[in-house]
Order: sequence, then structure tokens, then C-alpha cells
Amino acid sequence: MSAAPLSGVSVRALRRALDAKEISSVELAALFLDRIDALDPALNAFITVDRERTLAEARAADERIARDEAGPLTGIPLAHKDVFCTEGMLTTCASRMLSGFVSPYDAHVVALLKKAGAVSLGKTNMDEFAMGSSCETSYYGPTRNPWEPGHVPGGSSGGSAAAVAARLAPIATGTDTGGSVRQPASFCGVTGIKPTYGLVSRYGLIAYASSLDQGGAFGATAEDCAVLLSAMTGFDERDSTSLERAPEDYAAALAAPPADAARPLAGLIIGLPREFFGDGMSDDIRVAVDAALAQYRALGAATREVDLPNARLAIPAYYVIAMAEASSNLSRFDGVRYGHRAAEFTDLADMYCKSRGEGFGAEVQRRILVGTYVLSHGYYDAYYLQAQKLRRLIAGDFRRAFAECDLIAGPTSPVTAWTLGAMSGDPVQMYLADIYTTPVNLAGLPGLSHPCGFDAGGLPVGLQLIGDYFSEAKLLAAAHRFQQATDWHLRRPALAA
Amino acid sequence: MPLSNEQIERLAKLARLALPDDETVNTTRGHLNSIFAVIAQMQSIDTAGIDPMSHPQELAARLREDVVTETDRRAAFQAIAPRTEAGLYLVPRVIE
Repeated sequence: MSAAPLSGVSVRALRRALDAKEISSVELAALFLDRIDALDPALNAFITVDRERTLAEARAADERIARDEAGPLTGIPLAHKDVFCTEGMLTTCASRMLSGFVSPYDAHVVALLKKAGAVSLGKTNMDEFAMGSSCETSYYGPTRNPWEPGHVPGGSSGGSAAAVAARLAPIATGTDTGGSVRQPASFCGVTGIKPTYGLVSRYGLIAYASSLDQGGAFGATAEDCAVLLSAMTGFDERDSTSLERAPEDYAAALAAPPADAARPLAGLIIGLPREFFGDGMSDDIRVAVDAALAQYRALGAATREVDLPNARLAIPAYYVIAMAEASSNLSRFDGVRYGHRAAEFTDLADMYCKSRGEGFGAEVQRRILVGTYVLSHGYYDAYYLQAQKLRRLIAGDFRRAFAECDLIAGPTSPVTAWTLGAMSGDPVQMYLADIYTTPVNLAGLPGLSHPCGFDAGGLPVGLQLIGDYFSEAKLLAAAHRFQQATDWHLRRPALAA
Repeated sequence: MPLSNEQIERLAKLARLALPDDETVNTTRGHLNSIFAVIAQMQSIDTAGIDPMSHPQELAARLREDVVTETDRRAAFQAIAPRTEAGLYLVPRVIE
């Protein structure tokens, strides 16, 4: 059979083709590597691609398949956000600071996926140290949105989202501290899930804000995300906040047939926070989100209004906590043990200052400075402690809302992908666009974004679904039923046709 | 209360960041002041009696057996250091 259409099919279909020996893992990897060669110069979704290494992993996968030892991901190509350490391979976090950093170990997520036999196509572009919502702060230049190359892909996991949207990889890993999986998924018209905090090990995930950082998954569909996420979760003693829970097979949960095929979501109550449907959302997004909710009702779900009265405080609380933790985490970059060291300096203190001043970009420096301020003597109570108290209020809002509903739905972002450079002069404008995603991280809840339409300019709109703790299977199942009844997830940017 | 250039320079020193010139200091001051204007929204909220939430799951720190679990990987870790010698990390002289 012809291999070309395989770039656009589901992981399940790829699995079937590999198991039936219709295609080898080496051929499949080569197909995606060729797409990257052809299309990525225009997108800049990847920072590092190592063809030989990828093909060697694919050969090993083929041997496993030949021995009938294949798991769900054996031989399936994927891409890793460049925030995950990969042994023997460049891991840059899109920063000059780590532009020469070859990791001496694998992140837990990378090791799990390697063990599952997944074939890594390379490392994807991102905002520097995951600090940004547009992928423009990368030392390696911005990633472009496959739907409209003059627009941003969202961030910080913009490279992973763009790679999946352009079918340069069927699935990809990402991380989400304040929306960094869900917002780029929405901007690029793909599906992305951030699980409950603590389900995915942070070991080897270069830290930004440790109490918020969480690994996540991108795919064209909820079903593809389910396969990837199932392989990423699980207890890891090397992460002090990893949860001791048995991993779930989310893909199997989706495969179970609904009791009522015509109304597969009968009995599901979707809460609509009044605060997420007020002013500030663009009209195109409102229309798309309302239509998606009508579709959910047609599938049997009921919707009701709920309140998240403290959600409006999420932006200031999030930025205080994230920047404080960032200033602490990034103090490890000292130019001594790894990372950039300035060429000239007068003494040790000057070496630290120049190495960090040269190695970090402007947005990273801003966040370190704000974090340093809010943690400094005399300000801790007024800022960090106050933000942590608001965090509890926000988590309490969700707890009360989930007493009245099973899932919460709303827009992922108040805007669609903006043009490159449109927000770079005004960091605060960009922060404010994280209004619907940051409350979820503060509470530590799982959230998912799936495509639900387009704006007048042809750019994708995402619907966010938020679940209670450990409700990943429910979130993925709801999105899966939606996708079985709609075709937004099948739309493809012209460039990837 | 907006930050002054002197405060920005002091913060940069605390954070061990060299800001190369006055223009950078000025730009940084403008950005930080607009960030603090957003942060100020949370200052007026009454949070008396609310426990701070440091973590989504209220976990106690795990204890493990007191046994060696790590292997010696000094060579691998030092291979990525800017400068080493005889198993040591080299930095500018600190003590004359």
C-alpha cells in the first residue's frame, strides 16, 4: 500500500498497519522525518532532529514487533518538547543557557516512552524555559502556526502543537504550567490534555514552577492523547510530588461502547462557569463554543451554570507563584556545573551575573526579577503567601462547582492565535490571555482542549474541558464522543494536506 | 508604589543577573511595573483565616530506606561542565 496517507491517520490505525506488517516502523519514521525535512523549515517546530538516532530506535521497534512483543506505542513516532531531558541528545529548553546541554540522563517520561518502544522524531520548540504563551521567546526563533504562518502557534509547547497540527508527528509530549498544553492545542487545532498534578513524573522535566508544572499529551484526537497519556503516567520515586496510584488505561476506557449509542453522554452534567462566558471573549470564539455546547447537549449531556467567583484572581496569583518558584528553580544555572558560562568576567560573582545575563532571554529575566522581589525579605507575606491563600480559594471554587456538575466547559483562550510580534512589547497583555487556563493549574486539576471551530480568519478555536481530580478518563471520553460526532479534529491546515 | 531604576539594579544583583545597559534597566522597570500593577489586584482581597495552599495534593514527604541508590556518575556529569580539572569544577579564585 502507499505510505503517504499514514501521516494523517490515528495512532490506532498506525498500530494496525505496523502489526499487520503493512509498513515497518523504519518506513513510518522515515515518512515523518521526510515531512519534517520538507515542511519544518517554514514552521520551525523542531529544535533538534537526529535522523540516524530515530531510525535506530525504529529498527529496534521493528525487532520487537517481529517478536510479537509490541505494546500500544511500539514503533509509533512521536516528538518530545525540548523541556524533557534526553540522554545523549541536546536538551535546550529553547534557551541560550542550555544551547550546548547534552543531558546525561533521560526524563522519566522519556524513559517510559522509550521502554514502550515509541520512536522519538526529535525535540520540539517552545518558549524559553516554558515561559510564554506564544513560542516567541525561543532562542531558536519562533515556531509558526501551521494554519497561518504569520501567526503564533501558542505556547509554551508551541512546537509540539504545531508538529501535530502539520502532521510532522502523530503525537507529542508537552508540559503545562499555566496552560502550555491546552492553549497551543487550541491555537493549532489539535487536542491536548494536562492531567491531574502528580500523575506524570517531573523527573528530568526542566523545572519552571514546580508546584504547577505537569507533563501532558498532544494528539489529533482525544483517542490519540489517551494512548500517549496512558504511557506517560505512573509513580516515580524520583519526583517527590509523584502520586502513588496505579496507572490507568485511558484508551481502553474510551473503547467501551456507551449504553445509549444515540445519546452516549446521557447523564453527564457539564458546568458552565459564568465567569468564563462574560466579556473579554471574542465573538467568533463565543459562537464556536456555544455550538460545541449545543453538540454536547445533542449527545445527551446536560449543561448548567456554575460559579467560580475567585477565578478572576487566578492571573495575579498564578504569576506570583510561578515567578517566585521560577526565580528559585533557575538559580541552579550558575555557569559552573552545566550551561552557558560567559567568556569574560572579573570574579566569581561577575561570572554568575554575566553567564546568567547572557544565557537567559528577556522574558526569563523578567520572571526571575519579579520572583526575586516577591520572595525578598519583608514582601513574602504580602505576595507569595497571599497568592497561596488565593490558590486555596480558587481550588475551593472548583470543589463546590464539582458538587453540581461532572465536567466544566468553556473557551480555552479568549482569543485565537495572534500575529507574530503582536504582544511581544507588552508582556502583561499576553499574561491576561491565560485567564481560563491558569485556575486549573492552581487547583492542580486535569484539563483538556479540543478543536471546536474556526474564527473568521480561519484560525482554530479550542474548547476547554476541566475535570475533578483523576477524572482524565471522563474528560477524554467526553471529548472522544464529541469527536465521533463532529469533524473539527479532522480539518487539516493547507500546508499539511 | 512603582519600582525605581535603583531598585531594579538591586534586584538584578540579588538575582545574579547582569543588565547590560541603562536602556535594559529602563525597559525592565517599565515591564516590571506593569506586571506589579496586575499583581496588585490580589492585594486587597481579604484572606484572613485562609490556609495557604502550597501544593494541589496535600502530601507528606515520603521517606525511603537509608540505602545507596545512586551510582557514581561524576565523569558523565562533569563532561557537560564548562571547566573541570581532576574531578573538580573550576571557578575563578575566591580566596586570595
